Amino acid sequence: MKTLIELRKNEKAIITKVIATGDLRERFISFGITKGSKIELKNCSANRDNIEVDIDGVFVALRKDEAKQIEVSKND
Amino acid sequence: MIKIAVVGQPNVGKSMLINSISNNHLKVGNFSGVTVEKKEVFINFKGTELDFIDLPGSYSLKDFTPDEKVTSDFLKNEQYNLIINVVDSTHLKKNLYLTNQLLELNRDMILVLNMIDEADKKDIDIDVEQLSSLLGIPVLKVSASEKRGISELLEEIVTVDRFGNSENKVIYSGPIEEEIGNIVKFLDERDFKDKVLSNRKVAIKLLQNSTEMLEKLHNTLLWVELSETLRESLEHIYIHFQEKNMENIFSEERVAIATGLVRETVKFGTPKKSKCLTRKIDDILIHKLFGIPIFLFLMWGLFQLTFEIGSIPMDWIDSGVGALGEFVGARIGDEFFRSLIVDGIISGVGAVLLFLPNILILFLGIALLETTGYMSRVAFLLDGFFHRFGLHGKSFIPLVTGFGCSIPAYMSARTLKNEKDRLITMFIIGFMSCGAKLPVYVLFISAFFPVEDAGNYLFAIYLFGAMFGLIGAKILRVLVFKGEDEPFVMELPTYRMPSLFLLWHTVKSQALMYLKKAGTFILVASMIIWFASNFPKYNQSENISDIEFQKYSLENSYLGMIGKSTQPFFEPLGFDWQLTIALETGIAAKEIVVATLGVLYSLGDEVDETSETLLERIHDNIPFASAVAFIVFVMVYLPCFAASIVFIKESGKKIYFLYLVIFTTFSAYLLSFIAYNIAKILE
Repeated sequence: MKTLIELRKNEKAIITKVIATGDLRERFISFGITKGSKIELKNCSANRDNIEVDIDGVFVALRKDEAKQIEVSKND
Repeated sequence: MIKIAVVGQPNVGKSMLINSISNNHLKVGNFSGVTVEKKEVFINFKGTELDFIDLPGSYSLKDFTPDEKVTSDFLKNEQYNLIINVVDSTHLKKNLYLTNQLLELNRDMILVLNMIDEADKKDIDIDVEQLSSLLGIPVLKVSASEKRGISELLEEIVTVDRFGNSENKVIYSGPIEEEIGNIVKFLDERDFKDKVLSNRKVAIKLLQNSTEMLEKLHNTLLWVELSETLRESLEHIYIHFQEKNMENIFSEERVAIATGLVRETVKFGTPKKSKCLTRKIDDILIHKLFGIPIFLFLMWGLFQLTFEIGSIPMDWIDSGVGALGEFVGARIGDEFFRSLIVDGIISGVGAVLLFLPNILILFLGIALLETTGYMSRVAFLLDGFFHRFGLHGKSFIPLVTGFGCSIPAYMSARTLKNEKDRLITMFIIGFMSCGAKLPVYVLFISAFFPVEDAGNYLFAIYLFGAMFGLIGAKILRVLVFKGEDEPFVMELPTYRMPSLFLLWHTVKSQALMYLKKAGTFILVASMIIWFASNFPKYNQSENISDIEFQKYSLENSYLGMIGKSTQPFFEPLGFDWQLTIALETGIAAKEIVVATLGVLYSLGDEVDETSETLLERIHDNIPFASAVAFIVFVMVYLPCFAASIVFIKESGKKIYFLYLVIFTTFSAYLLSFIAYNIAKILE
């Protein structure tokens, strides 16, 4: 299964699973990061330590470790 | 009186809305965490007192960060009549998540679709009536920045029916609705009636495992049967969702409801131009290679401007203060009052006033960072780097606020979830030189360095301060605050053009605050310093000259005595007793450092008739290496009195203040000592 961190820049995908639990999961959900949402990797910092994603027009920054907790499947 | 809780996700324009309603100006920014404490505004509308409470922005009611806890605690425990839920019309789906949670509180509520002007521009069409009937609460379109829909909102607030509870019409997905129905049927059949909640609400609370509701029903006669019905219902839900955590299930329900609401009420137009604009700007500003250099360049530019533009009126003020002193001095016959007013008040307050232009430019720069949305981008850029030093990317926001003033900086550290991240950040906020330290730097740089390079030196001072701070953070992380890393998940808000009105307001209120401080606090402090440096009085004996006598009097004044007795401690740093006492008085407020130097060197003025202005006096009286060491010491040492109080309050433990005192004093002494010796070699 592919996770968010493995997307290329400007690649779009659909979220298939949010692995995170507890507070982090709630935070993801409140940002709109939920199963079935479209997500696009917009920018990443040097070494891919951090990434910026576009989720339904909302821009969210994540660290690598958090991005690994979001599984995606490629979809046009 | 109607008490109104204004709630919304960060960056939806809550504070701006209250500003538009009240013409009062709360601070408005474009990043999460501007409102870190709840703020209240009172207005009178058509004879009704309205009390607006601006609560910190929250993405959800789940207490993620300390400032979000302020919001959820208020909503759950305090008295209020009405919730105004402010949402960003351009990001309705994300915002409706919180709306759904708020509806579960069963309070009267108005939904405000703010930033409707931006939605119009993006061709987003929201069917207000449809949304209102689906939610069962009033919905209004408002633009706080264009002041559209404000009076309609006020009208709605005073006319809306309030019964203490309102029944919203949120509908959950099939399986959940089915089980709600089963429980409601059970309750109805047993003629159960809650004092405030409908049976539907009771059923929802039971399914959400609300401990409050469970405890309430636990002691009733129907509990045995009810618990069986509830258990069956939960079983069905678990099977359907393949998940046993009701919290997760309801979270997903809220998202589904929000998605459904948007699908039924919003029409999106053709591709959105401004969204593309934000993306294009981001491609440059947070570029993986150029992002950080661009940021450093912008900061460098800010300090150049602070110095370059600030130094123009500074010369006028400096000579103006000098001229005023002479003018007033010539007209006061009595020697005692002449000296008190000219050498005490005019020199002390004048020394502080000198730096008003610099401070205003710096605050303007910080306000620009805040309001445009760039601040969050820098947090993103620096997170990787900060992480290595044991800090969190979000620490950048309190830290940069610290360049203005430590007090709001300590408070905005609340946006950090993790206690240790928050404490480390608070410990190093002092390293980010606050606006009050700026006068010391500008004074010394102007006195010792050529004007062309002054901005660079200023930038270097701030950069060094920040570097020391990072190293300090690393040391604290390794030795004191060990622990796990906090996740970094942060919204990057859409870029916005800063409103000129808002910038003007920031500058104006800063100017007034600074002048007020100069006219009251600094004035009194200058007088105290003058008295302490003129008493006790001595008699001039025959065999010494006037100049020698003046020097003797000053050195043996109260101020001189204190300075001299503590000066040996600072001897290794090259400070004379005047610099020593300036540091000591500066503990009350950093502006007093320059006020003290102003008074002391103005009294000593007669010693050297050639120096006309404060700058020249500083240059003539202080050796270069001592000046460098002094700058470094001021850069790092103790926060001012007011900031210390806020630190104690925000850190939660008095012992932390003791740590702070030890940490900053030790660092200041060590770094200053190193700087002094390097400067001596270079000289």
